[in-house]
Amino acid sequence: MGVILSVKNIVKVYPNGVVANKGVSLDVEEGTIHAIVGENGAGKTTLMKIVFGIEESQEGQIFFKGKRIKIKNPYDAIKNGIGMVHQHFMLAQDLTVYENLLLGIEPKRGIFLNTKEAIEITKKVSNDYGLSVPFDKKIKDLPIGLRQRVEILKALIRNAELLILDEPTSVLTPQETEVLFNTLKALKKAGKTIIFISHKLKEVLEIADKVTIMRDGKIVVTKDAKELNEHEIAYLMVGREISFERIPPNDKQGEVIFEAQDISFINEDNVKVLKGVSFKLKSYEILGLCGIEGNGQTELVEILTGLRRPLTGKILLKDKEITNLLPREIREKRVSHIPEDRMKDGVADRATVEENIIVDRYYKKGFSGRLLLKEKEIENHSNELIRKFNILTFSSKNPVSSLSGGNIQKVVVARELSSNPLIIIADQPTRGIDVGSEELVHNLLKDARDNGAGIFLVSADLDEILKLSTRILVIYNGEIVKEFINQEGLTGRDLGPYMLGLKKEKDNG
Amino acid sequence: MDKYILKYFNLIRTIIAILIGVFICILIIFIISKDPQNGLRYFFLGPFSSTGRFGNVIEMASPIILCGLAISIPFQAEQFNVGAEGALFIAAAVTTGFGVSTSFPKIIHIPLMILVAGGVGAIWGFIPGILKAKWKASELVITLMMNYVALYLSLYIINFHFRDKKAGFLVSYQLPKTAWFDQFIKNTRIHYGVILTIIFIILVYILLYKTKLGYEIRMTGMNINFAKYGGINTFKIIVLSQVIGGFIAGIAGISEVMGIHRRFNWQGTPGYGWDGVVVAIIGRNHPILIAFASIFIAYLRVSGQVLNLLTDIPAEIVTILESIIILLITAEAFLTQWKYRITVREAEKKEVKIESPS
Repeated sequence: MGVILSVKNIVKVYPNGVVANKGVSLDVEEGTIHAIVGENGAGKTTLMKIVFGIEESQEGQIFFKGKRIKIKNPYDAIKNGIGMVHQHFMLAQDLTVYENLLLGIEPKRGIFLNTKEAIEITKKVSNDYGLSVPFDKKIKDLPIGLRQRVEILKALIRNAELLILDEPTSVLTPQETEVLFNTLKALKKAGKTIIFISHKLKEVLEIADKVTIMRDGKIVVTKDAKELNEHEIAYLMVGREISFERIPPNDKQGEVIFEAQDISFINEDNVKVLKGVSFKLKSYEILGLCGIEGNGQTELVEILTGLRRPLTGKILLKDKEITNLLPREIREKRVSHIPEDRMKDGVADRATVEENIIVDRYYKKGFSGRLLLKEKEIENHSNELIRKFNILTFSSKNPVSSLSGGNIQKVVVARELSSNPLIIIADQPTRGIDVGSEELVHNLLKDARDNGAGIFLVSADLDEILKLSTRILVIYNGEIVKEFINQEGLTGRDLGPYMLGLKKEKDNG
Repeated sequence: MDKYILKYFNLIRTIIAILIGVFICILIIFIISKDPQNGLRYFFLGPFSSTGRFGNVIEMASPIILCGLAISIPFQAEQFNVGAEGALFIAAAVTTGFGVSTSFPKIIHIPLMILVAGGVGAIWGFIPGILKAKWKASELVITLMMNYVALYLSLYIINFHFRDKKAGFLVSYQLPKTAWFDQFIKNTRIHYGVILTIIFIILVYILLYKTKLGYEIRMTGMNINFAKYGGINTFKIIVLSQVIGGFIAGIAGISEVMGIHRRFNWQGTPGYGWDGVVVAIIGRNHPILIAFASIFIAYLRVSGQVLNLLTDIPAEIVTILESIIILLITAEAFLTQWKYRITVREAEKKEVKIESPS
């Protein structure tokens, strides 16, 4: 089969000076599933955004079905038969499925929407590809897996021949992933071409025909999937060996140092997002909390760290109550917090690295007098952490916004782990960072654990939860539905049904 | 070269904005004036044509600088307020009342005047601060409204309680000499308030960039979620930034009264608070840059006066210039394409450097 998409010599520089693509050329064959893998920041999403017209490249050409095309915006891409399913879905929450599917191309009767015909069209397309969706339900009432299916249908209904999926499995449970893969295989059979962006190597090998590996804005190699194994891909992606092995638990039996009792919370929309959450955290352990995003994790962490007040419930630190204390008071009791969204809470991106590092300690003796900051001490301390945590920056006086995502996360982690914490509340500590930084963060968390800290690890990444946790809690719809002791043989498949709310502890007896 | 352009991009951008403004004004002068050559000469050199006029620039810059500093502190905490005008006015009125009804030796009277004015301004800043921190009331709307309250309340205080009935105008009694800032340069009205202004430039610089409080203010402004997460009491900072701003604005007003008029002679607000917003924007909330921006604005104003006096060009030409500059500086997209192209060039150069050895 012929080449459907061919990009030549793409160069892309972002306004902040980051070069995301350094002369990338790639051929995608028609009727294949072509995976593009690489670390975060390797440039794979940027490349696809250029193909789909979200970003414009400085140099390079795009050929589609043998013809050179100019893609200035997503509309051009769709017109040419290119569709994209984004990591964060682009759907109107309050509209129904068919309204979303036909947005902008609605069949009309006079000035009105022809509802009957609209449903007919959607039914036909969905039957053609065997993708059933509830047509008249609103998007906000659908589970994530179905929303993704709506996104795929949206592209198909616009006659996409090439479908780009950006990290499609990052939001899915293992069970949902399986369903997605069956869908993709069916689409391939129907003659569609699929580009599949991922950094989950197992999945890539399972589904892809061809694999392109990117590193540092360049293509390392494109090969048949059959010729590769997981370790080879990982090696090519990162440029060195990395370990997937589980970190064994610490043998020391710790005592309970942190406890949440019956925490509940009602959010601004009057939804009860936490329904009596209780858990105990011991020293020398990592307690993992897994669940699909939006099941109350964010609120729980904010309550534990003093950023929100619970409706009911108590938080105890070594048997002393710390409920409703201010963030600084909680921090002074040696509780650290790696926040879920580093750009929202973890840093002030216009401030310098130094200023970001000292936010929890600038007022302490070593860093200031009665009024004035001790600049020399702050600079020395920052440089020490920059060295120790291997933060790549020209100087401690550079603004954080000039750093890459992984290095920004290292700034956060350096601050939170260098305050000699007793409790570390780590919420998505490695989201969106490169494999090297991820490994570093994991090892640092392990070291903190081995020094007697208790770590509450919240993550949507099951591999991370399984790699690090001593025990695992599963949260669904604001409730802890299951506790696992993490041991060899436990896999994502065991956790999945609980994350989806299909099973609960009580069902097991 | 490119590297320096990127480093000083904001400064260069400001200068280009000014140049464009000046160019348009030159065009206008050529169109409307019968004697454009003379007009241009006065437009550019008017303020240097005598000591008195140059003194006018300095003396006029002083309250603008203080108001710019007053505005810059809440601006740094991302509190977009326009309250300097009101704080300045009410503080000047109350403190004039205090000045004319008390008598102390000069060494005590002057500091007391300053403290009273600062105190009144601080209270005036506290109100929008606490409303914002507690109930998230928009500080912009509140300070805007409070400017009117300040105007009429002050006129009431002066016209009904401290009006000098012997004077031919609606003015207060004259301050006793012990409450005067003396003018110390011949042929000008440059007074000790100018020295006070210089002290405040330094103090605000230290406050913002060298102290714990300044750090807290800036972090709250750059990312309030981050500040809260890090343990900074953002409630306190929001209120305090407005209070300190009000304090400085209060002094801006009374300094003008003590150094130039020696009595409260305003029947409408003088506009320095608004100029303060302008120079805070041009100077990007940096005390030193605010000082330069204020001198520039004052220079333009004096130019305008000279033009009005000696040529057929109306003083409003200066307002046009100011407006163009503000428009260009606040228009975020202005010159960003240019910056982006340089960034790309720089980035590619760096990449090539890395690539060549391998």
